[in-house]
Amino acid sequence: MEARTFLKTAAILGFALCALGLNPANAQTQGENPVRGGFLNVNIQTEPVTLNSAINTTMYIGEVSSKILDGLVSFDADLNPVPALATRWEVTPDGRTISFELRKGVKWHDGRDFTAADVEFTLKEVWQKLHPFGRSAFGNVTKVDIPDPHKIVLHLSAPAPYLLNYINTYGAQILPRHLYEGTDVVNNPYNAKPVGTGPFVFKEWVKGSHIRLERNPDYWQEGLPYLDGIVIRFIPDPAARVVALQSGEVDVAVGSALPPTSVGQFENNPNYAINVIDGNYLATIAYLQFNVRNKPLSDKRVRQAIAHAIDKAALLKVVYLGYGKVATGPVPSSVTKYYAPDTRQYPLDLERAARLLDEAGYKADASGKRFKLRQLTGAGQVQNTRTAEFVKQALAKIGIEVELQIPDYATFLRDAFTEWDYDMMNSSMHRMPDPTLGVQRIFWTQNIRKGVPWTNNSGYSNPKLDAIMEQAAREPDEAKRKEEIREWQQIVQEDVPILELVEPLWYTVSSARFKKRALQGDGLFSSYADAWLEPKK
Amino acid sequence: MTGSQAAVVFRFLRRRVWQVAPVVFGIAMLNFLILQLAPGDVVDVLAGEAGAATPEYMARLRVHFGLDKPVWVQLAYYLKNTLMLDLGFSFRQNMPVLTLIMERLPATLLLMTTAMGVAVAAGLALGVLSARFVHRAVDRVISVFVLITYALPTFWLGLMAIVLFSARLGWLPSSGMTDIGVKLDGFAYLRDVARHIVLPALTLATFYLAVYAKLVRAAMLEYFGADFIRTARAKGATETRITLFHALRNALLPLMTLLGLQLGSILSGAVLVESVFSWPGLGRLAFESILARDFNLLLGILLFSSVMVTLLNICVDAVYALLDPRIEL
Repeated sequence: MEARTFLKTAAILGFALCALGLNPANAQTQGENPVRGGFLNVNIQTEPVTLNSAINTTMYIGEVSSKILDGLVSFDADLNPVPALATRWEVTPDGRTISFELRKGVKWHDGRDFTAADVEFTLKEVWQKLHPFGRSAFGNVTKVDIPDPHKIVLHLSAPAPYLLNYINTYGAQILPRHLYEGTDVVNNPYNAKPVGTGPFVFKEWVKGSHIRLERNPDYWQEGLPYLDGIVIRFIPDPAARVVALQSGEVDVAVGSALPPTSVGQFENNPNYAINVIDGNYLATIAYLQFNVRNKPLSDKRVRQAIAHAIDKAALLKVVYLGYGKVATGPVPSSVTKYYAPDTRQYPLDLERAARLLDEAGYKADASGKRFKLRQLTGAGQVQNTRTAEFVKQALAKIGIEVELQIPDYATFLRDAFTEWDYDMMNSSMHRMPDPTLGVQRIFWTQNIRKGVPWTNNSGYSNPKLDAIMEQAAREPDEAKRKEEIREWQQIVQEDVPILELVEPLWYTVSSARFKKRALQGDGLFSSYADAWLEPKK
Repeated sequence: MTGSQAAVVFRFLRRRVWQVAPVVFGIAMLNFLILQLAPGDVVDVLAGEAGAATPEYMARLRVHFGLDKPVWVQLAYYLKNTLMLDLGFSFRQNMPVLTLIMERLPATLLLMTTAMGVAVAAGLALGVLSARFVHRAVDRVISVFVLITYALPTFWLGLMAIVLFSARLGWLPSSGMTDIGVKLDGFAYLRDVARHIVLPALTLATFYLAVYAKLVRAAMLEYFGADFIRTARAKGATETRITLFHALRNALLPLMTLLGLQLGSILSGAVLVESVFSWPGLGRLAFESILARDFNLLLGILLFSSVMVTLLNICVDAVYALLDPRIEL
């Protein structure tokens, strides 16, 4: 690795660690002297249902399929693109043509050649038609040219400045055309036994137990991968995962698979390492949302009062045990290009909150009570239910009585997105590296769509904001686009249809023997081609 | 068993097996209707997990899965398929339901029979010892032990067992059914599975063991005061012989009754233990399919287990007759 990138990575890590108060020696998973051989045992939180990330963007699928199938690029620790199947790419100044040079000599695991036709097929038949956010990301692509088998040119109806942020193996996974063309992609049997171009070849999937991958001897990066293979093990009980890591049955637990209360015992222990940048690409935010159709939440002052009553720093400490950052707005701070901190903030101020509620006409009665609200969240993620409890206690202090409703996940989705039957809800959401795709959808009037999860279900509608977001989506001038997205953040922070609470960190806890040459901002979806296990001491 | 007895058992089985069909059919219909009450469907969950979707895509999935049809049409399809022994397709797992169940069934059966075997054997032994030495030191120690195992939550006991035997001592593996890294054959494979099953089976057995021990003790004590035992003593039979041949054989009847009832919990009882030990069994599959609203799969598992439970109960009825000649089939 170049010294410069190393320093940069070290600086980022150092920053993340200071925020956590971690011992830096404990967090370094980067190594210098790779060792060959051995099987790596990886634990992820939940067993995936398929292994095709091009049609289903559930995290757990990507955590496995990224080892088998490639994207055009991957992302480094700063979320800058690193060549994968694309070696070079170019955007014309008007933003309407994007061309990719593809890597030569790449073979699918079944021996067929990888060419531009595979990319074209996946783009047209899978990303544009079936991928959950690919339909927006690649929506402007109207024509595809293949001047030679290793070059592909996309012609766009309007600039799509966000597109380049979605071409890794998680955002736009490339499938083999010869196995998918003319089939029902969603039910193709290769979704469960993928054939890719990645460093590891799929071997077996024993449902409820594990998935085994073995080294691809013909991988396009000479000499890689270092490992002989990877076994992804499914351990449903969080406490049992902790023991499996301690007993050495598992080497790496990715994607915050361990309960936060257990991570402490791996800190400051030379036998373990903790990485907190693997999930930066997802840019996750935990938030509290208001149903602005319902009184009294339709009044901006009431929402602002609630914002002033919640101590986010305390929430971060109590619920997330410090694994995260206080959120300041709809664009997470890890999206450094567009993040604007100079927006209206709501520090803890109970008096101001009370004043705002008084002004709005909701005076406290003799017993100090003002009104009652229902709060909805899904059971299953312990941080979500604890956050709901935290909010209930915080709002009691300003005379708002909160009734918690915590059904199972499917019922939560129904109540929140189909019935719109809630006053407040809290959850967490991946905001992704570009606001146009990740953030616009929760504020945009056109995206108020009954029955569809993760749309604008607060009911918030602001024509002025709509215009700004639509302009930012097609703005080819980067500086102007930044300015538009800044204004967008300011408007949202003033109106607070959604109160952003915490930016949780995704932590990967591993044995200190687990090393990688380079850290990645999309490390959850790393191919592990450059990973190895140091011998036991 | 004499020839005529065998004929009786055979006639009994033939009669009862015919009764299974309407029972299972009724259960299938009830299952289907009850599941309609759960809010949300598999498409909601798929879209929710994917993190984004469009209304058109979701509508297309619903058509593809047949969820757009009225409930009574769906019910008719389901009953028709059930009659033809077709369990359907799990759209979430992208696999036929029968394949999914068959993949998991051996693990569940192995875990349950081992655990039940241990529980019955140990429960009998402890119960008999307790009754034989009632109100003496042995009885007291056993009572305390039984009380503790009954009171401990199985998932907690399982975790503590993992911490002690896997993490600290390193004697036994903490999860799974086999070692994944290596391919084993024959004897080595059996040994590997045996090592893996020790902790989950013992954990699961503790709860049932306590119940059986208490039950056997109580039943034996009751019989110790009975006339036929007094007669046996008067004839000069030894206490051991009285305990094992006279009292125990009678005490087996209530044990069989309870066992028959608990076989019904073969699936539900193991969910926690399967989760803690990552045992690839049916219980977890059922649990996950509820959360995911994967009703084709859930209905398949429910139907399959209801067939199993009804058949096992018939077997239990037959065993009654063998244990106690006074019971007529």
